[in-house]
Formats: sequence, C-alpha cells, structure tokens
Amino acid sequence: MALLSIRNLSVDFATAAGSFRAVDAMDVTVDPGEILAIVGESGSGKSVAMLALMGLLPWTATVTADEMSFDGQDLRAISPRTRRRIVGKDIAMIFQEPMSSLNPCFTVGFQIKEGLKKHLGLDARARQARALELMEMVGIPDPARRLNAYPHQMSGGMSQRVMIAMAIACRPRLLIADEPTTALDVTIQAQILDLLTDLQAETGMALILITHDMGVVAETARRVSVQYAGQKVEEQQVGPLFARPHHPYTSALLAALPERATTRILPTIPGVVPGQFDRPRGCLFAPRCAFADETCRTTPPPVQPPEIGRARCHYPLMQEGRG
Amino acid sequence: MIRYLLARLLTFLPTFLGVTLISFAFIRVLPGDPIIVMAGERGMTEERYAELYRQFGFDQPLVVQFWTYLTGVLQGDLGTSYVTKRPVWDEFFALFPATLELSLCAIIFAIAVGLPAGVIAAVNRGKFFDRALMSTALVGYSMPIFWWALLLIIIFSGNLGWTPVSGRIDLLYYFPQVTGFMLIDSALSGQNGAFASAVRHLILPTIVLGTIPLAVIARQTRSAMLEVLSEDYIRTARAKGLSPLRVNGLHALRNAMIPVITVIGLSVGTLLAGAILTETIFSWPGIGKWMVDSIFRRDYPVVQGGLLLIASMVMIVNLTVDILYGFINPKIRARK
Repeated sequence: MALLSIRNLSVDFATAAGSFRAVDAMDVTVDPGEILAIVGESGSGKSVAMLALMGLLPWTATVTADEMSFDGQDLRAISPRTRRRIVGKDIAMIFQEPMSSLNPCFTVGFQIKEGLKKHLGLDARARQARALELMEMVGIPDPARRLNAYPHQMSGGMSQRVMIAMAIACRPRLLIADEPTTALDVTIQAQILDLLTDLQAETGMALILITHDMGVVAETARRVSVQYAGQKVEEQQVGPLFARPHHPYTSALLAALPERATTRILPTIPGVVPGQFDRPRGCLFAPRCAFADETCRTTPPPVQPPEIGRARCHYPLMQEGRG
Repeated sequence: MIRYLLARLLTFLPTFLGVTLISFAFIRVLPGDPIIVMAGERGMTEERYAELYRQFGFDQPLVVQFWTYLTGVLQGDLGTSYVTKRPVWDEFFALFPATLELSLCAIIFAIAVGLPAGVIAAVNRGKFFDRALMSTALVGYSMPIFWWALLLIIIFSGNLGWTPVSGRIDLLYYFPQVTGFMLIDSALSGQNGAFASAVRHLILPTIVLGTIPLAVIARQTRSAMLEVLSEDYIRTARAKGLSPLRVNGLHALRNAMIPVITVIGLSVGTLLAGAILTETIFSWPGIGKWMVDSIFRRDYPVVQGGLLLIASMVMIVNLTVDILYGFINPKIRARK
C-alpha cells in the first residue's frame, strides 16, 4: 500500500483580484522508503502542494482533493489537533532558507528537543541524549557545544543540518525536502544531498525532494514527477525520464542542462509560467511549446497511459532523446 | 555587557546637563515673580522684597545662578522649596511612591490586557475580534483622558457606588508609612479592610491612566505579531506539530516583543511624567499634582528639581529597556 496518496489536489488562494489556482488536479503517490523528486520551475505549485499536505498554508488558501491519505489515514477528515500528532512526527519537512527557518530567539538544542518532548514524551535527560545523537547523525562537529548555540552563530549549511536533525528527530516515515540546497553554496549542496540520501537509506523513510534542478534529480531520485503551472505533466522512473522524456516541457528542461548542451549558447524555454490572468484555455504549456498547434491551444490535453509517462499532452514525444 | 552599561551611563551625562539647563531656563522664561506670589494679596514692603531678592540670589547674573544651582545638584543638593522650606529631595520622595504605585498598576493593567489582546487580534487577523479590538483601541487612544475619568467616576462611583471618588485610602484607616506604597503598607498594617480599601481606590485611576498605554501596546503587539507570523521560523514551528498556543505565544511572541518592549518603556516614561491629569482628577497625592502646584507658585527649586528627577527616572527606564532587548533576542546581545 502506498504511504502517501494524493489524488486530484487543488489549492486556490483568495487574492484581492479574485481566486488564483496554484495547484491544479495534482496526483502524488509515494511508497514506503521511496525517493520521489518533484521538478518544476518557480511558480509551478510544488511547494504549495506539500504545504497543503502539511496543513501549513495561510488561511487565504482553499484545499480540495479527492483523496489525501497518509498510511491509510484520511488527512482531509481529521481535526487540526489530530493532524498535529502526525505532522512533525510521521511527516516532517525542511525548507529552502535554513537561515531564516530557525527561530533566532532560541538555542538550536531547544528547537530540536521541542518535538521530542511533544511527540515522544521524552524526559530531559533522554532529550539531551537524543539531540546529541541527532547532531552527530547530521555531521555537526562538537555537538554538545553546538546545542547551546543560537542560529545566528551558524552558517547556512550548518543551519540546514540542524533543520534536518530537527526533522528526523521523531523518526518520520516521510520527509519532505523543499529545495533544501537552493540557498546554499555549491560545495555544501552536494554534502546536504549526500546526507539526505544517506539518512534515507539508513532509516528507510520515504523522501520527497522538491527541486528545480535536474542535476539534483539525476543524483538522488528514483522516480520523478514533473510539474508545470500547478499540474503534473509527466511522471517516470529517473532513468527512462532522462533517456526518453515524453512531454515537450520535460524535454526542454533536460535540453537546458549544461551537460547536455550541444551549442555554445544554452537552450532556454521562451516565456514564463502563466499567471493568474493569462492562463491558456487549452494546454497550459502551449504558448511556450515548440510543437503546439491549434488543438493544443484550444483543448486541454488528455493524460497519457503510464507507458508514455502519464504525459499530459496531445502529441507526446516518442523518439529517443530530444524531441 | 558591563562595558556596554558604562558606555550607556556616560551618555547620560549630556542628557542630564541638558535637562538641568532646560528646566532652569524654562521656569525663568515664564512670566511671574515667586516673591510676589509668596506675598499674596497682602503684599510686602520694598525692603522685605529686596531682602528676599538677595536671599534667593536673583541679584546675581543668570550664569552665576545656574552655576550655583548646578554645583549644588552635582553634590546632591536640589535646593529648598520657597513655599514649604523643605528640601526638594525630601518632598519628591515623600510623594513619588504614590505616583510610582499608580504608574506601575496602570502599566501592569495595560500590559495584562493589551498584550494578549494584540496577540489574539493578530492571530485572528481580519476577523470580527480583530476589527472590534482595533476600533476600540483607536477610540481608547483618541479619548480625552479627563472626560474618560469623569465618565467612569459618574458610572462607577456616582451611579453604582462601587468605587471611591478620590484619594488613596479611606480616612478610617491610619497606619505608619513603611514603603510609601499604599497597597503594601495597608497589607502590613494588619487592619481589617485596609488593603481592600486601598485596592478600591486604585481601580479607577489605574484604568484611566492605563487606557492610552493599553491601546498603544495592543496595536503595537498586533502589528509586530503580524510581521513575525509570516516568518519562515513560524512555519518551521508549525511543521513540528506544535500547538497554536505554543507557536503564537512562545515562538512568535518572543520575537515580536522587541518593538512592544520599546513602547512599554516609552509608556512608563510618559506615565511617570504624565500622571498629572489623572492625579488632579482623583486628588492623588503624587508628584504630578505637586509639580502643577509648584509651577503656579513659581517655586523654582521644586520645578527644576522635579523635572530633573522625573527625567532621570525616564532615562533609567530607557536603559532598562535596552538591557531587556538583549535578554529577549540573543542576536542583539551579540552585536553589543
């Protein structure tokens, strides 16, 4: 049975200019112990979907879904109080900006131990021991001293390690990493990704990695879901996706990787993700797609069968490599 | 920390000198002559006037008068009241506890109500409670204090008879001053009902004096909380599954306290100096009333000394606030 199963998730934000759909009919399935990457550019609704799962969206957001269940429990039906017993314990999340994600007023140790007390009910001595163990697990030198440090006394990479320690404190079964390396130096990025995959292998938790970096996807994930303008446009195992992308958007993303460039100037995808007021009638990618015709511009595309990567496209690409 | 404290204390010196100069100049700019006021309707002879004129040192140039005053102040001598012939220092400290007691009660009342109200309003932003509270706060802030005091007196003292109209305690009770704080002294006296009487006398002045700080604190808390609630670390705290009470009341409020502490500090300053209206309306024997009387009598030493002491109190409160910043936010401590 799937650990996490989300079907037809939509999130709308009430704005001054009317309602804005940030996530549109998104499906996510994660099996226990799996690594799923959700890829897409800024504004494609990746983070919002995960925040909706965590129940962390502001009150202006309306969340609807046909199914949203974790470990067989329907997350739509439970009270906020019951959800708080799952969130932070069985599902944990780390964020893009480690420096601002830690509370400047409290020591690192205090912030790690908070969850241990709330979810596991450990006493002070057990909390201290577990906090030290966690700091060692995430590779922080001199953990006993670091527990008494305040966030402003630490670097970005160190802060992200603390965030990870905090997230895995109660041995979650699903960890959501929302662009965990975007704000960090390139050398630190690799360390943090290695740490995440090592911890995943060690603890057997499932990992959802949200990123816009195809390089990160290739290194870490097993299955990839490509997201565009709030919709899932393609989903495949990582190998086949890189070899045979079926959606023109996936193909264009891959073509933009420096490693794959054949010309001196990197290929780009012209235009931007559609916003609140310029949402196309047909395929959402049609205005930027090299292959779009009249059908694409007027009719929303069907979802292709799993063999064709569930591509949301009228004319999925079928040949090897670039379309 | 010690070095920071010493540095801050050094900055007190120019402020102190400035206040001394301004209070000295201010009272002399006012038209009126203290000797004529003392003489009252009876008047006095030319010789007696000249004698007093010399005695108070008015025949000296202003610079010399100021120098004499300043050297006195630096040796702890604030002068003697022209009217009561008692040292300014003694008069001030006989009356100051009454003002301090009232100010403390008012600020505690303002914090106890304003802080939670601001937090609840921020958490329920845009909803009914928020709108109702913010409108009430605006009314409280703009209301003339004397009118508000009279309204409360009419309702609670006049119509309902629940609270006394003026004074600090019923005349039935007599006991020695130990601390100068009526609440403590009445409790120490062991007399039946004395403490309750002191409390009942405090209620209305406390509410009246606390109303404006209450409105300011509630509004400041709300806006500071709104800012903090959108921070990433609040999302982190919620992602840990913590209860709303802990997220809002601990993680958010602690960060929102810096601007709130600032307005609380400023409020305490204005309370000490600005209790004048409230003290006058409720016949509260504090320094506010004392200062007003002294200004009317042109009692130069009292006005000068009183202003100086009040300014010193305000400076001390400000310093305390600065030290508190560091305790609340370790980042500020590090910068010092």
